[in-house]
Parts: sequence; C-alpha cells; structure tokens
Amino acid sequence: MNRAAGRIAPWHQVNWDSRAAANFIGGGTGTGLLVAAAVAGATGAPYRPLALVALALVAIGLCSVWLEIGRPWRALHVFLHPQTSWMTREAIVAIPLLGAGLAAAWQDGGGYAWVAAALAAGFLWCQAQILKAAKGIPAWRTPRLVPLILATGLAEGAGVLALACALPAAHALARPAAIALAALLLVRAVAWRAYRRPLAAPRAALAVLDRAAPVFDGVGNWAAAGVAAAAAIFAPDAIAAPIGAAAGALALAGGWHLKFVLVARAGFNQGFALPRPPVRGSGAPGPSAKPGW
Amino acid sequence: MTRWAMAVDLRRCIGCQTCTAACRHANATPPGVQWRKVLDIESGEFPDVRRSFVPVGCMHCGDPPCEHVCPTTATKQRADGMVTIDYDLCIGCGYCAVACPYQARHIVHRAQFAWNGEPAPNERARFDPARVAVATKCTFCVERIDAGTALGLTPGTDPQATPACVNSCIAGALVFGDQDDPASPVAKLLAGTEHFRMHEELGTDPGVYYVWDAAGGKR
Repeated sequence: MNRAAGRIAPWHQVNWDSRAAANFIGGGTGTGLLVAAAVAGATGAPYRPLALVALALVAIGLCSVWLEIGRPWRALHVFLHPQTSWMTREAIVAIPLLGAGLAAAWQDGGGYAWVAAALAAGFLWCQAQILKAAKGIPAWRTPRLVPLILATGLAEGAGVLALACALPAAHALARPAAIALAALLLVRAVAWRAYRRPLAAPRAALAVLDRAAPVFDGVGNWAAAGVAAAAAIFAPDAIAAPIGAAAGALALAGGWHLKFVLVARAGFNQGFALPRPPVRGSGAPGPSAKPGW
Repeated sequence: MTRWAMAVDLRRCIGCQTCTAACRHANATPPGVQWRKVLDIESGEFPDVRRSFVPVGCMHCGDPPCEHVCPTTATKQRADGMVTIDYDLCIGCGYCAVACPYQARHIVHRAQFAWNGEPAPNERARFDPARVAVATKCTFCVERIDAGTALGLTPGTDPQATPACVNSCIAGALVFGDQDDPASPVAKLLAGTEHFRMHEELGTDPGVYYVWDAAGGKR
C-alpha cells in the first residue's frame, strides 16, 4: 500500500534506495580513482591495479542501479534521450569510459589513461547533474550540490590512492598522495559548507544532513585532512604511507557516508503547500500552510 | 493553440474524495495508488484555524521536469500540453518520480490486488500488466479527451470528453477545458477569480490552477 496517500508535509522519496546510492558511491569513487591513477601513473606508479579497481567500482555502481529499475530487460532504452536526460548522458559516457579504462589498464597507463580520466570526469559530472535535475527533491536540486559531488568523488579517488600507497610498490608516492588528499579534502569541506548553509529543504532533510555532518565533515573531511597533512609533513618515512592510508580510509568512509545519507536518507520530497486558503462567504483569507518547512 | 488545463475551486471542494474514487474506477489503479487525491490541510493556529481540501495529481506542467529527466523518452509532452507515459518504453528507473515536485508519479513493482493477493473478477478483467514496474500517473483521461474530440465533442463541456474526476465532482469544484480558449469553462473561471498554482516558484508552469477567491475580492 502507498502510505504516502494523503500526506502533506514532505516525506522521503520511495523510488531510489541504497542501490541508487551505490551507483553514486561506486561511480564517484571509481571515477575519482581513474583521475588519481592517471596522475599517479604519469609519475611512474603502477597504474593497472588502480584502474581495474576503479572500473570495478564504476561497474558495481551501474549494476546496482540496474538491479533497482523496474524493467531491467529494457535497460537499453536508457540511451534514448541524450537531448535533456543526464541519466542517458551518464550511460552514454559509461561505455567509452569502460572501454578506455580497460585499454589503459591493458597498456598499464599511457595515452588511454588520460582519455579514461577525461571520460571519468565527464561521468562524475553527469552524476552530479542527475541529482541537480531531480527537481522534486529539495536537498538534491540545488546547483551547489554539483561541486560537492565532484569534490567528494575526486577526494574519494585520492583516498583510495592513499590507501594503495600502503603497499610497498607505491610507497614512494605516499607523501604526494597525502598532500593531494589533504588539499582535496579541504576543497570538499568548503563545498560542503557552500552546499549546506544556504540549503532550502524540508526540516526533516536538514536534520538528516546535520546528523551526518559529524561523520562526513568532522571525521571524513577535517580529521582525515589533518591525518593526511601529518603523513605528508611530519611522519617519518617508515610510517608516512600507513598514516596516509588511514587518512585515505577516513576520507573514503566520509564520502560514502555522505552519498548514502544524501540519496537514501535525505531525499525528502517537496510536499504540498497552500499559499492562499480559500475565502468562503464573506470571510477573510486565512493563513497559508507549508507543513514540514 | 490548445492547452488542456484544470481549475480547482477551493471554495467549493468539500473533501468528499468522489474524484479520487472516480479516478480509481475509471483508470483501474491498484490499491494505494491514487492518481487523483484530495489533501485535507489545516492552517493557522487556534482559534483561527482553517480546513481546506486540495485535490492534487499530475499538474501536466508546461515545462515538465519529468519529461526532461526521463532517459527513455517514455514521458512526453503533447502539443496540447498533456504529459503522457509510454508504458512500453518506460524502464521504471524512478527518475521522473524524484524529478516531480508534486509527488504525482507511482511505480508499483508487482501486481497488487485488494483482497488476499488474488484479483477479484473486476480486477482480473481490467488488470494491465504493462503498468507493472513502470511509472504511472494521472493522464487527464487522455483517451476520453481524444475520443471525445474525434466525435466533435468539447472537453470540459461534454461529459463524454471530460476527465472522470471532473465529471464526478459533486460540488462543481473541478473545471476542465482549454485555457487558451476564452469561451472554455476553465478560462471563464480563471478570468473571474484569484488563483495560484502549486509550487509555482519552481518554474514548472503547472496546468492545474487553484481558485481561492473572487477577482478583486468581490464576493
């Protein structure tokens, strides 16, 4: 039964659940990692394992959302509306992204790595725009969400790179990776504030976001940035990589938490409003109503 | 140009939900799915409290966000303003549902019936498997409008060509017609009244108007 019947104040949307959140989590981290891997690969770090992990994350995200749609065997219809649909555009970008990523992994970097990184950035852009175009969800439709989604994807990618630097083959990259991670986390923290402070959304959505802030912003941004900075600047060589990896794990956990909360917990709809109650008889207009805001 | 639109005279609506029942009867929607429903809204604080009844459904927006986001082109907008869904194209992704600021879209992922999961004879006769796991919403009874206009009837004036909810309204609160035709019932009502559209600030150009007072406050 549809328990939403008769509700007036905003309630949580029922169409996108944790499977949709998984698409934003896997797609964001995977594309961020493809960008990070291209940069790291150019400095001589191993590219192939990072790229394969990144492509797997993107693919898992896409498979998750495929499991959510009502008619999965019609999934190819998703390509029919590139004129205006960011979901179509995401699907269109996904194909060359996976192809270029596999080619780059096959060659362990090289020119295809930059092509894959550019397509990854495009895919991430599409994901951010998908949320922005969801006009029925006040917490998603603000343009200020776009830089936050971009920043968290790139920070998550740098977080995985920092994690990978704990492996002996990538130890040499630990400090530069930690510096990049700290910088991206600061950008993400700024993007979060720019998104959250002016956000006009139902009270319930704001409460959910504010409950998530200590984990996402406190731990995932500031604590992780501090640990990353410590790894980059103060830590002795022997422990710089594991400390950087810890920062990467915190950044990753924070970003995943944010996207899960944003999609699966803060997606309250617009609800209904009565700006002008009816005037009956010779009475005066009554007060307006916009419950839940 | 023709743009089919609906006006809801809030001064007349008594919240009887006859339109809700008529819509369910006309469109055979499953349990819990109401393409049209009437909200019961309290406003103000004691002792100045008002109770208003507000019928809602798809607003058939002039700039429909559901159409823009639909990845399959299943959701389309006709030249006469009505927003339609092609059930054979829809993949049930739910993007239109989160894009709609009016909560007008429904996706039922498996067949639902009123009693014990088994269809009653009338439900069996009218069950449409094409509407399972895809988006559905108020159609403005597009089949009635198209069939009626093909017979030379006028939607909003001739019941045979008018949405079921409008026909059923016992208070005359629902009015339908071509808002671009000054002679239509909806254009006449809007010309003589004060009205608003739901969430107009979002820029969707809804095709449903809510009448709240006489023009210029003349009562």
